[in-house]
Amino acid sequence: MFGYYLDLALRSLRRNKALTALMVVAIALGIGASMTTLTVLHVLSGDPLPDKSGKLFYPQLDPQDMDGYKPQDDPPAQVSWIDGMALLHAKRARYQALMTGGAVPIQPAQSSIDPFFEDARYTSADFFPMFEVPFLYGQGWNAADDEAGARVAVLTRELNDKLFGGKDSTGQTLRMDDVAFRIVGVLDAWRPTPHFYDLNTGSYSSDEGVFVPLTTATDLKFARNGSTDCWGKGSGDNMKIATCTWLQFWVQLDTPADAAAYSEFLLNYSREQKTLGRFQRPANVRLPDLMGWLDYNKVVPSDVHLQAWLAFGFLLVCLVNTVGLMLAKFLRRSGELGVRRALGASRRSLFAQLLVEAGAVGLVGGIGGLLLALLGLWLVRRQPSDYAALAHLDLPMLLATFVSAVVASLLAGLLPAWRACLIPPALQLKSN
Amino acid sequence: MTLHPILAALRKHKAGTVLIALQIALTLAIVCNAVFIIGQRIDRVNRTTGLDEGDLFLVSQQWVGAPNADSTDGVEKLDAMQREDLAALRQLPDVASVAPINSLPLLNSSWTGSVSHKPGAQLGGKGNTRTAYYFTDEQMLSTLGVRLVAGRAFNAGDVQHQGFRDRRDRPVAIITQQLADKLFPKGDAVGKVMYTDGSNAPTTIIGVVARMQIPATGSWGNDFAWYSTLIPTRLDANFARYAVRAKPGRLDAAMRAVAPTLYKVNPMRVLDDDSVKPFSEIRARAYRADVGMAILMGVICLILLCVTAAGIVGLTSFWVGQRHRQIGVRRALGARKIDILRYFQIENLLIAGAGVVIGVLLSLGLNMWLMSHYEMTRIPLPYVLTGVLAMLAIGQAAVFAPARRASNVPPVVATRAA
Repeated sequence: MFGYYLDLALRSLRRNKALTALMVVAIALGIGASMTTLTVLHVLSGDPLPDKSGKLFYPQLDPQDMDGYKPQDDPPAQVSWIDGMALLHAKRARYQALMTGGAVPIQPAQSSIDPFFEDARYTSADFFPMFEVPFLYGQGWNAADDEAGARVAVLTRELNDKLFGGKDSTGQTLRMDDVAFRIVGVLDAWRPTPHFYDLNTGSYSSDEGVFVPLTTATDLKFARNGSTDCWGKGSGDNMKIATCTWLQFWVQLDTPADAAAYSEFLLNYSREQKTLGRFQRPANVRLPDLMGWLDYNKVVPSDVHLQAWLAFGFLLVCLVNTVGLMLAKFLRRSGELGVRRALGASRRSLFAQLLVEAGAVGLVGGIGGLLLALLGLWLVRRQPSDYAALAHLDLPMLLATFVSAVVASLLAGLLPAWRACLIPPALQLKSN
Repeated sequence: MTLHPILAALRKHKAGTVLIALQIALTLAIVCNAVFIIGQRIDRVNRTTGLDEGDLFLVSQQWVGAPNADSTDGVEKLDAMQREDLAALRQLPDVASVAPINSLPLLNSSWTGSVSHKPGAQLGGKGNTRTAYYFTDEQMLSTLGVRLVAGRAFNAGDVQHQGFRDRRDRPVAIITQQLADKLFPKGDAVGKVMYTDGSNAPTTIIGVVARMQIPATGSWGNDFAWYSTLIPTRLDANFARYAVRAKPGRLDAAMRAVAPTLYKVNPMRVLDDDSVKPFSEIRARAYRADVGMAILMGVICLILLCVTAAGIVGLTSFWVGQRHRQIGVRRALGARKIDILRYFQIENLLIAGAGVVIGVLLSLGLNMWLMSHYEMTRIPLPYVLTGVLAMLAIGQAAVFAPARRASNVPPVVATRAA
C-alpha cells in the first residue's frame, strides 16, 4: 500500500509545482537555519574531556583583605602564587597542576625562519597525565624538573612540524627569548574545546604551541597572558609575593569522597591562613567540577544562545507556513479524495496517504535543509570569531537534520490531513 | 461595503485564517526584536572613539633578550631603547607624529583603575569612578587626533617613565569631558586634584579632552566607556606600543617603513605580520562579532518576511480557486472588478490586523524574556509600530496578485457547471 500512496503523493506533488516548491523551501529554510545554530551550540557547549570531566575540579578560595567585602561574593577565579604553590605542594589530590598562559619569542635555529611569537602554557608536571594529553614523541617533564626550574619544553605537533619538519625533535634545543630549552616531548593532535583549563585567554582560542615549567617561566620573567586581579598593595615587581590572583589551579579527585575530603582540606587551609593573618575574610571555598566551572563562567557566548532561539522561532514560522500551505493543497483536492472515499477507501487509508505525501515533502525539505545547514556552517566558519573554525556537522547532527525535517513535516501535515479526511464522500460526488 | 459577509466567509475557513494570523503574529514578534537587536549593534559599532582614525596606525613590538624591568638599571636601559625607537620613527618622511602608548580605544587590552575625590579610596567605594588609563607622552594629542577642550596639553617636562609594574605618583593627568563631568559636575575640572587607584598622592587635572573611548569593547566596559585618564608616562617593559600618525594619505608608505627602521635601530626584536596595523583593522576586529550578528539577523528577517508573504500568496490563491464560482455569481449580480479586489484586500486586512494585535503582545513578551536572559533593553514603541505597518503592507502586497486574478474571473463562470 505504501508504494501506491507514495506514487499518489508524487503525482499530487507534481501537479502543483509552485505550492510544493514553497512547502519544500519553507521546511528547508527552517531546518537549515535551526540546524546551523544548533550545531554551533552543540559544538561550543560540548564536554572537552568526556571521559574524566567529572573527576577534574577547580578549587577556589578567597585570600583578599576586607576592603569592599560583601559576604555573598564568590571567591576569585584564580589563585595567587603563594596559595597555588602551597596547594600544589600539599599533594592532596591524585594529580594537581598550577598554570598560566603566556607568549614567548621563538628563535628558530634555521635561518630560513624569522623569530616569531608563540602562545605558551607555563604549567607543572601533572598537567600532562591529568588532562590525558596524547604524546607523539617523548613525554612531559616530572616534578623534579618543576622544583629545579629546569629548562625543558614540550611542543605541539603543529609547532614541531613548523620547526623540525615533523621529525622526532626530543633531545634537541629550542631557543626562546635567548634561553636554550631542551625539548622533552612532542604532543599529538590535542585541542580540547572549550579551552577549559584557562578561560582568561579566550574560551575557544587556538591552543598554545609550547609548554614550559611554570617555575622556569616565572624565573625567566617570560611574558604572561591572562588576567591579574590585585588588592591591597597590589602588584609589585615580584609576582611571587604580589597580593594578586593570576594562576589557574586544577586537581583530579577520583571519587566523591575524595572531592568532599578536598573541600574540607581547602576550608581548613583557608582557616589556617586566616589565623596566620594572611587571609582576612571568612573562609569561602568552592570546588566546582569541570562542567560546573564552564557553566559558572558562561563560556558559551550569549550571542550563540540568542541565535539558536532566533532560529527556532524561524523554524516555527516556517512550520506554521507549511501547515497553511498543506491545508490549502489537501482541501483543494477535496474532489479527488471524495471519489476515493466513495469508492470505498477508509478514512484511515486516506489519512495515511496524505501523511505519506507530507512525509515526502519533509524528506525533500530535509535534503534541502541539510544543504542549507552545510552552507550556513560554511558561512559561520568564514566568520572571524575564535570558535568559528570548530563549526562542523557531525553524524548525529546530520541524522537529526533528516529526522527533524520529516517529523516536522508530518506534524505539519496532521491537521490538514485530518481536515481533509472529514470530507463526506457523497457531497463531493454531488457537487461534481 | 459591510464587513459582515467577509466575517461570515472567514468563519468557514477557520483553520486557514488562524494559520495566517498566527504566522503574521510570529513573524512580527521575531522581526521586531531582531531589527531592534540589529539597531543596537549598529549603534555600538558606530560609536565614535574620539580619535581621528584616518591616518593612524599602531606598532606593537617586543625586544628579545631585553634588560630586566625589575631593576632600576634595567628600566633605564629599556627606556633608552624605547626613546631610540621613538626618535627613529619620528624621523621617517611619511610620519607626522608618534607617541608611546599602552593601548588604544577598541584594542581590548586595557589598564583600568579608579579615580576619586578622596585620597586612599578603594575601587567600589563611594565617590569613586572606574577609568581606563592611557600612558603616553607629549605627542599624544596630535598623534591620536584627540581634541583638547579645556586646560593645556602635556609638555615634555610633564613626561616621566617607569617600569611596567612599578607604582609612581602621577602629578598631572588629562581626563575626558565625560569623566570631568562625572567628577566635577560644575564643570571646573581643570586645576582640581583627584586621587588615582587609591593613592594618597594628588593628581592635578591639567586638561580636558572632548572624547576618548576606553580600550574595552566588551559589555563589562559599558558603564565607563568614555571615562579615560591620560597619564604622561612612558611604560618600560620588554615590549612597547607606539601610536603613529602618518602624513595625510601616506598611511601605507609609513606602515611599510616601520619594520626596516626599527630593525635598523635594534635587530633583537620580534615584529611579525600582526605588529603594524592600521586603526581601521583594530576597529574592524573589535566589532566583527557585532557586525556578524547584525548581518545574520538581517538575513533571517528578510527570509522570514519572504516566507510569510509566500504563505499568504499560497493560501489566498487557494481561497480564490475555491471561490471561483461564488466570485462569478457576484460578478454576474453586478459587482465590479474593483469590488472583488477590495473584498480580498479587506479580508486580508482583517486577518493581518488580528495577527498584528497578537504579534504586538508577542513581541513585547519576547522582548521581556530576552531582557531577563540577555543584555537587552526595552524595545522602543516606534520599532513595534513600524513593524505593524510593515506587516500590514506586506499582507496587502502579498494578497494583491491572487486578488487581481479573482477580480478577473468573468461573470459567465456563474452559469457554468463548476
